[in-house]
Amino acid sequence: MEQSQPRSFWRRDVFSTHHKVIAIQYLLTGVMFLAVGGVMALLIRWQLAAPWQPVPIIGKLLFREAGGAITPEAYPMLFTMHGSIMVFFAVTPILLGALGNYTIPLEVGARDMAFPRLNMVSYWFLFLGSASMLASFFVPGGAAGFGWTIYAPLSASTEMLPGWGQDLFILGLALDAVSILMGGINYITTIMQLRAPGLTLRRLPLTLWGLFYSAVLNTLWLPIVASALFMVLCDRRLGTAFFLAGPLAPHAGGQVLLYQHLFWGFGHPEVYILIFPVWGLVGDLLSVFSRKPAFGYKATVLSMLTITILSGIVWGHHMFTSGMNPLVGKAFMFLTITVSVPTAIFFLNWLGTLWRSAIRLTVPMLFTLGVVFVFAIGGLTGLFNALQTFDVYIHDTYFVVGHFHYTLAASVLFGTFAFIYFWFPKIFGRQMSSRLGKLHFWLSFVFLNAVFSVMMFVGLHGHMRRIADATAYEFLKPVQHWNVFIGWAALGLGLSQLLFFFNFLYSLFRGTPAPANPWEAGSLAWTVPSPPPEHNYDAVPRIWCGPHEYGVPGLNNGDWLSQTDPRAKALAKS
Amino acid sequence: MDEAATTPVEIPLIDIPAGKFGMWVFLISESMFFTGLIGSYIVLRLGSESWPRPGTILNTPLLGLNTLVLLSSSLTMALGLNAIQQGKQRQLKRYLLFTALLGSLFLVIKGCDYVHLWRHGFTLSSSLFGSCYYLLTGFHGLHVLSGVILMLYLVAAASRGAFAASQHVRVESSGLYWHFIDMVWVILFAILCLV
Repeated sequence: MEQSQPRSFWRRDVFSTHHKVIAIQYLLTGVMFLAVGGVMALLIRWQLAAPWQPVPIIGKLLFREAGGAITPEAYPMLFTMHGSIMVFFAVTPILLGALGNYTIPLEVGARDMAFPRLNMVSYWFLFLGSASMLASFFVPGGAAGFGWTIYAPLSASTEMLPGWGQDLFILGLALDAVSILMGGINYITTIMQLRAPGLTLRRLPLTLWGLFYSAVLNTLWLPIVASALFMVLCDRRLGTAFFLAGPLAPHAGGQVLLYQHLFWGFGHPEVYILIFPVWGLVGDLLSVFSRKPAFGYKATVLSMLTITILSGIVWGHHMFTSGMNPLVGKAFMFLTITVSVPTAIFFLNWLGTLWRSAIRLTVPMLFTLGVVFVFAIGGLTGLFNALQTFDVYIHDTYFVVGHFHYTLAASVLFGTFAFIYFWFPKIFGRQMSSRLGKLHFWLSFVFLNAVFSVMMFVGLHGHMRRIADATAYEFLKPVQHWNVFIGWAALGLGLSQLLFFFNFLYSLFRGTPAPANPWEAGSLAWTVPSPPPEHNYDAVPRIWCGPHEYGVPGLNNGDWLSQTDPRAKALAKS
Repeated sequence: MDEAATTPVEIPLIDIPAGKFGMWVFLISESMFFTGLIGSYIVLRLGSESWPRPGTILNTPLLGLNTLVLLSSSLTMALGLNAIQQGKQRQLKRYLLFTALLGSLFLVIKGCDYVHLWRHGFTLSSSLFGSCYYLLTGFHGLHVLSGVILMLYLVAAASRGAFAASQHVRVESSGLYWHFIDMVWVILFAILCLV
């Protein structure tokens, strides 16, 4: 069944309902915001390394009134916007929007998502949301400054932060939430209902499992934070007092702590929302480049399911110091530590896949191994944080910042790069430069570890997060030189990303044309040409085996099977 | 894009059309949204030192009438689906119009209720109960409003003859949505007016 291509540019490339076009829109939006959020991180590190000094090169442009230096008002805006932009407008669009939209229909053998029009609307809600976020920089009073957690009462009262930038920020997040929810409905429905014949649940690539669980968590928990955000907005502009009490409230007032419960009820699942697609991708890529079936496929999927369930009941560990009954705290501590059991299961499965295998050290594989490494560090330091007694000591310090960035920033960033380097040939039909990619990996790996491991050490020394000037504290003066060190390492990390941008743009136009299956991957998407035709599959494909049939003995030609290879049927019979 | 090209449905997890499946996922997400709002209401109310007794502020009989209006709209919706399952397009159109009308009636009564309460000093910022009342019923009202628009859209589609005995996924999933907002109202009525 051939489909005619829409003629006009606007319908084909801008307001498109086609999943591959929408995926590229998500990808470009996400990469752009990755750059914006990254520059903000560099500005934060500049301020900490050289407090109140004029920022070189771009300072004159950004902070004209202060002679190029970051002002005390601008600093909270920087860390707020850095966090929110990275989480909601860089990583989410890339890992859910781009990875999900591109791979799901291709890997299940469908021609598009279940609801193509909803898919288009979903992207444009993200677009509106990001416009609202960016607009907040240009209104009087500047962008939001209450931290990415939007804690009440600071966020809920206009007495402290009167600017409309705060409201635009909340509106932007709400629009983004609607966008993610629409995407989630599409992902869940497509993965569950549109699978091609033979593609049973046990034959799904792990990436799709990751995306599925991530969408499930979004469907369940994002609405909770959306309801809280609306209440914050009402408190700010309509005179209610859900999260205000005492002199800030017009009457008896509501409960400040309630906000934290609602926020973390979503906030904790959010880390799994971001990391699940990466975990799935890592499971698949380790198998492809180890030329071995994914070890413990079923256990991996079940442990992700277990984490999906557990993630909804551990939010209290973010609030140990917020005034929580110690007994309730112990329950949350116990549940949190329980999460490490399924996490350890699939982590060992990754190692099991690698064990005694013929590893091909391609660029995506390097980044995949990078994820395995940084996630090990992030996961292990997470155990510390889960302990109530230890958390009281390190709460609100750079130890938590370092831990968070290892689990999320580092592993998610490496996962993002693994995704882009692996899928680039399929998406754009050209190969990215392997030499530049390897250089990009090693530089990123070294600098990233330098930045985030040192953060944990200064955190153990007591370095608070969100302070603009460590030199103002006598006890932090001995570690100030480490802030300078992190500043240099962060600059190195930022500059090494230029290699990626160059590689991306260069390969887009000049890269060597890619064959249909440059990685010899088994999953369905790699059976069609690169880039795939508009309708993906000429006929509905039939699937005979799982996506990880590598190292199959007894084949007369090659040692691995594609999911559509009918030889799998014969092998299963014999 | 015609549906057959994009939906090679062969082994769905549950043997229902994708449109209905997606609607269920959406409704799960919607119920979590109302869980956030209703849960906050319960926590705020239990944490308050004093709370107005039921029936002292709100006009319970009027809201009870409104409950009946919405419940009967669910009945007309169900009758509409029943009609199209038997291929009766004209009856479907009539029942959908009834549903939209009852939904609008609900909104009108709601509006009168708001105006009356506001004039008597019960506003968004007068008390915590006021904030909760307008927040919960306001978000519910917005859902009813979108439901009414959805019904009118279905009426227009039905006039073009878009539905048949074998093809009415949109009617069925819109019905799910309509019953859902009906059910939410029953819960809201109970926790705001009765207890």
